[in-house]
Amino acid sequence: MSDSVLYSVLLLASLGVVAAIMLYVVSKKFYVFENPLIAEVDELLPSANCGGCGSPGCKAFAEKLVNTEDISDLFCPVGGNEVMKQVAAVLGKEVTEKDPELAVLRCQGGCDVRPKTTEYQGPRTCAISTMIYSGETDCQYGCLGDGDCVKVCKFDAMYMNESTGLPVIITDKCTSCGACVEACPRDIIEMHPKHKRDLKIFVGCLNEDKAGIAKKACDVACIGCSKCQDICPKDAVLMVNNLAYIDPLICTLCRKCVEVCPTNSIIETNFPPKKVKKVEPEAEANVESINLKTDA
Amino acid sequence: MLKTFPKGGIHPPENKITSSKGIKKMTLPKVVYVPISQHIGIPAEIVVGVKDKVTIGQVIAKSGGFMSSNIHSPVAGTVTKLDKIIDTSGYKKQCIVIRTDLKDESNFTDIAYPLKTTITLEPKAILQKINDLGIVGLGGATFPSHVKLSIKEGTKLDHLIINGVECEPYLTADHRLMLEKAEEIIVGIKILMFALHIDKAIIGIENNKADAIETFKKIITKNDNIKIAALKVKYPQGGEKQLVRALLNREVPKNGLPLDVGVIVHNVGTIFAIYQAIQHNIPLIERVVTVTGKKLENPSNYWVKIGTPITDLVNEVGGLPEGTRKIVNGGPMMGKAIKNTDVPVTKGTSGILVISEDEASRGEPKNCIRCGECVDVCPMGLEPHLLMNLSEKGMYEKASSEDIMTCIECGSCSYVCPSHRPLLDYIRFGKNIVKKMNTSKN
Repeated sequence: MSDSVLYSVLLLASLGVVAAIMLYVVSKKFYVFENPLIAEVDELLPSANCGGCGSPGCKAFAEKLVNTEDISDLFCPVGGNEVMKQVAAVLGKEVTEKDPELAVLRCQGGCDVRPKTTEYQGPRTCAISTMIYSGETDCQYGCLGDGDCVKVCKFDAMYMNESTGLPVIITDKCTSCGACVEACPRDIIEMHPKHKRDLKIFVGCLNEDKAGIAKKACDVACIGCSKCQDICPKDAVLMVNNLAYIDPLICTLCRKCVEVCPTNSIIETNFPPKKVKKVEPEAEANVESINLKTDA
Repeated sequence: MLKTFPKGGIHPPENKITSSKGIKKMTLPKVVYVPISQHIGIPAEIVVGVKDKVTIGQVIAKSGGFMSSNIHSPVAGTVTKLDKIIDTSGYKKQCIVIRTDLKDESNFTDIAYPLKTTITLEPKAILQKINDLGIVGLGGATFPSHVKLSIKEGTKLDHLIINGVECEPYLTADHRLMLEKAEEIIVGIKILMFALHIDKAIIGIENNKADAIETFKKIITKNDNIKIAALKVKYPQGGEKQLVRALLNREVPKNGLPLDVGVIVHNVGTIFAIYQAIQHNIPLIERVVTVTGKKLENPSNYWVKIGTPITDLVNEVGGLPEGTRKIVNGGPMMGKAIKNTDVPVTKGTSGILVISEDEASRGEPKNCIRCGECVDVCPMGLEPHLLMNLSEKGMYEKASSEDIMTCIECGSCSYVCPSHRPLLDYIRFGKNIVKKMNTSKN
């Protein structure tokens, strides 16, 4: 009885010793050197694996950071300047500071302002819709509303607004990884600098059609009237193909263009409500007179 | 036993309601919208300006390269606009808008050209003329004909196949053309046989067009070396590869062309256009269009000027019936629903199909039940359910190695799927991505 216990203990112990020796030899023989810095940098990165930096995952980006000599054009949009500074400290390399960015949706053609003129019954993805059709409305530039951007967002920073049929970006959660920008076949989502308190002014339209056609397809379309360009004190507005574009780097957020826009296609976000009440009726009058002009 | 292709295929209800209606001349449109991209390849370059007067048949857009085609004015009139108009793709594309001059007599004179059987031109001149007069494949793909006919020296060609299959349900444009212009088509075939030095030709016609087969059989003589082959009715027999397999039992290699097995295939409509161009110097400005639909008052076949808005066609047959849900450019299988009736007729429009409410909707897609129907009917021997899944999941490399590019987009898989899965939608999408991948690789 006691012998059999002894034998089995001895046998297992010797097996263990043999296995340990084998493991030791193999681990020495096939040892792969990995720069310990990589693990260290990987620790610092946000582990979101979103691909916003251009590398497939944080580990790959860490390797790239360690192995590249000049890392000034590499940037982790999720971690932002803080993480990049820490990485620079670890690696002893220099990084460039970037202004934080945010994704904005350059279309506000919801169901109520942009009527559907056709119906597509195929699979609901933006990629297929653009390939086969120009969308269910008469605007061939605007949001298709099938939510490819929402599907790719890894940070739950987007959702589809059921009533408008447009995606909404939750600015607090957006890490500016750029996945939605890539996913959108219409290039409607754009990265904009995150100004103080998240103030933004941009043209919420990409319609390049002439005024009449654009307005017919969508009530809030940019009709290319150039009013915003005329009033802008900083020349931040570019007019190309019947469409205004506000350069976010030049724009000083004075909000003058928002007031003159006859179709309300310039969007301002997070500004406090206007204090001067007298301006409002004037702005309304403006809208009416211009509407008449476009109709004629 | 009638010949047909062995693999796959379906037989949807034929619904050829217009097959007994002769081709009528369409009322002259007041305005024509001529898109500059009516063919596969590079769009043509506009050579007219606004307010220019154009005569009928004048070149208004010049071929933009080898893989391109000239575009001629279908009417005499004045160019009023160079604008972007929604075309069959649903997107706005560059168009030349011409207002028809209703006083100009050339718009109304309808010369009955006598049949001209003697071929006076040299082979090279024939090919040049086909290029100059803007002939493209009228079967639907609108492939520039001169490209198809420019054959490298040393290529062995032994058969010219004429595609008179018209396997799409509803459409009867080719059928009527074969009945009414049979002699001209035979001359057209001879022109091509002469130009390409081919000594054998076969006209493939499905057996549901017995009258067309009879008509041809009466005309041809033994010396012509033209055979008429009756084929079993099966969709998609009008596909080049399927037709070659059915008639000659030759398998066109994947990613290859019928040229690789010594065959060249042309549609009867193209042959007639070539006859007109070579013998009478008429550019491609008019084509036969079937305007059909079960609820239409007066469905028929028409000679339609290129650029005629579809509104005009619909008005011609008595207007849109109540409860119209879809208007399809082409047949029900491969055609594409159009966004509105302002879309103009182009060189590739073989039919306009008006579908009513009760037939227009797709079924609700459900899960794949692995029945294998789609695999059974695929004429290319593919596995549509697999290709759909691969495209949906973004596995394009795998889709490419599963030969997604050989799909001819006939839609048989979507037609038979009992779960109403959008098979072709995803396969088309996958093909698009794989095509882009392949071009970026090269």
